[in-house]
Amino acid sequence: MAQQMKKNHKKESRNDESRLNRIKPVTNFFFNFVFAALALVCLLPIVFIFIISITDENVIRTQGYQLYVTAKTVSTKAYEYLWTQRKTILGAMWVSIKVTTIGTVLGVLLTTLMGYVLSRKEYRLRGFYTMLIFIPMIFGGGLAASYVVNTQILHLGNTLAILILPLAVSSFNVVIARTFFQSTIPDSVIESAELDGASQWSIFFRIVLPISKPVLATIALFLAFGYWNDWYQSMLYIKDQDLQSLQAMLNSMQKNLEYLTKNPTAGLTSSDMIRMMPQESVRMAIAFVVAVPIACVYPFFQKYFISGLTVGAVKG
Amino acid sequence: MDKQIGSLRSLLAAEKGEITMVKDKPTKSPKLNKKRRVKWTRDDTELTILAIPTTVWFIVFCYLPMFGIILAFKNYKIVDATKSFVFNLLHSDWAGFENFRYFLSLKDFPQIFRNTVLYNAVFIVLDIVLPVSLAIMISNIYNKRCSKAYQTLMFMPHFMSWVVISYFVYAFLVTDKGLLNSVIRFFGGENVNWYAESKYWPIILTIMHIWKVLGYSMVVYLASITGIDTSLYEAAVLDGASKTQQARYITLPSLYPMIILMFIMAVGRIFASDFGLFYQVTRGAGQPLTPVVATFDVKIFQMVTTSPNLGQNAAASLFQSVVGCITILGANWIVRKVDPDSAMI
Repeated sequence: MAQQMKKNHKKESRNDESRLNRIKPVTNFFFNFVFAALALVCLLPIVFIFIISITDENVIRTQGYQLYVTAKTVSTKAYEYLWTQRKTILGAMWVSIKVTTIGTVLGVLLTTLMGYVLSRKEYRLRGFYTMLIFIPMIFGGGLAASYVVNTQILHLGNTLAILILPLAVSSFNVVIARTFFQSTIPDSVIESAELDGASQWSIFFRIVLPISKPVLATIALFLAFGYWNDWYQSMLYIKDQDLQSLQAMLNSMQKNLEYLTKNPTAGLTSSDMIRMMPQESVRMAIAFVVAVPIACVYPFFQKYFISGLTVGAVKG
Repeated sequence: MDKQIGSLRSLLAAEKGEITMVKDKPTKSPKLNKKRRVKWTRDDTELTILAIPTTVWFIVFCYLPMFGIILAFKNYKIVDATKSFVFNLLHSDWAGFENFRYFLSLKDFPQIFRNTVLYNAVFIVLDIVLPVSLAIMISNIYNKRCSKAYQTLMFMPHFMSWVVISYFVYAFLVTDKGLLNSVIRFFGGENVNWYAESKYWPIILTIMHIWKVLGYSMVVYLASITGIDTSLYEAAVLDGASKTQQARYITLPSLYPMIILMFIMAVGRIFASDFGLFYQVTRGAGQPLTPVVATFDVKIFQMVTTSPNLGQNAAASLFQSVVGCITILGANWIVRKVDPDSAMI
């Protein structure tokens, strides 16, 4: 009870303080209105494609996309159709999941290893390695050279590895990791471990990583979203249908409406499939299925993204 | 392609730290320095071993392509089909600057150049003006819970890939069924064939760019606003400053370093472009939209995926890299002249 009162009191006094210095109620209302409108604009498209995906194909054909559905025009045909095609879709989802998990783990490991090495001030090659990661930030060989190296020299074309490896490390993430290690891990901790005879290997894995969860989370999320949303690598390097990720599938579908019918289910010819397929709503249903996991997940990780922006703000 | 503009701030702050470190070196006693240099400790060995995997990654995926630029000066031919690519490359004839001359004299080169620079110029201005003003606005809203909700919703487009967004755009723009045409018809207008009319696309692309990045950059600026020392505002209130004056004389000046930073990075990337925006949203950047939507990235992508002439492709992308590198260094040089503290290198 007393605590409650104290809390209330505190809240009030803070309100009094800020009430002295704040915008006029009219301005506040206007600002709220502007942001509500902007928020709606950001949300609307995903709601809109969901509505299209549950609208009856005939209604779409005759009246165009609708902004609302009624009991008469609602139809789950698109999702039923997707269910019949679950093999293709789940296959693509499996590729996406594989690429995202392997890539994130590998990327976090490579990034933090380098970040840790660069954060050790007494390390002799520190200057050299700093240049090594700095130069790629301002200069690169360009798309054509990377393409040739990846396909002709490394022979990674049309493999799962090409979806994972090139995106695993970025100089930006390395610098974030380094700055975090430098600014939050006390030198004394590492020095005392060194005095106890611990190797750098065990310092890194037993001491540094366990107390660096925030930066691990930030880098892991940057990477995970990058991998999940990647379609560019697939577009450049992947020809094999089995290696198409969800985004890549959505991408090829855009060019080729009948993408799904290229893998006809047993007993049906592809023209049958096209006739059966509620085209417009199916496309939007797939776009929705691809967009929804991200839309549901990101609010929980938003704070790590923001902390990622500020984590390195402390000078290294 | 850069994915995390937001980490710039940390990166640059860190880089600055790096530079001060380098500058500090000479002040140390040279004797100590020398002593250190002679001694290679066990820690050094272990750290080098720890760095090996990432070093290999950087060499393979960043530095190997840099040597790949040799292609741009070669007239690549398969000399001996049984031998490896590298063998053929080294035994191909030198082409000098022939490949670059080809790229620069392409009929659509001026167009691509203009598109890339103009779009970026517009984006640079809008990406500063809009997020900064919105960040100041949202920091003043009474109800913090509402403000969080707005931020979360406006953050969403950042997490959508351009492929998904291209479906959103399609739902609005497709000629016979699209929402926009329904609205136009409702008001008695005629259907517009959006995907065939190039004149609308500069505006559509600008809107989509803003739509995707606005929430994100707003949050970036908001993070710096919340970092401003509140005593500044308290002092201003005592002096009788209005809210507008506070924004003008406290908030905005406190954001300058951040704004300049974002500005340098954006200017440095003026020859790059967000490939997804120009390729996916336009559904392949095909005719008749090409003249107004093709940027360097789009052109180079098309060359790499369709043209077999490796030398010419490499020259085109090397040209972009070199010009981009020069603009980054140039922008940084100018900023250092004006305000040394804000420079990144």
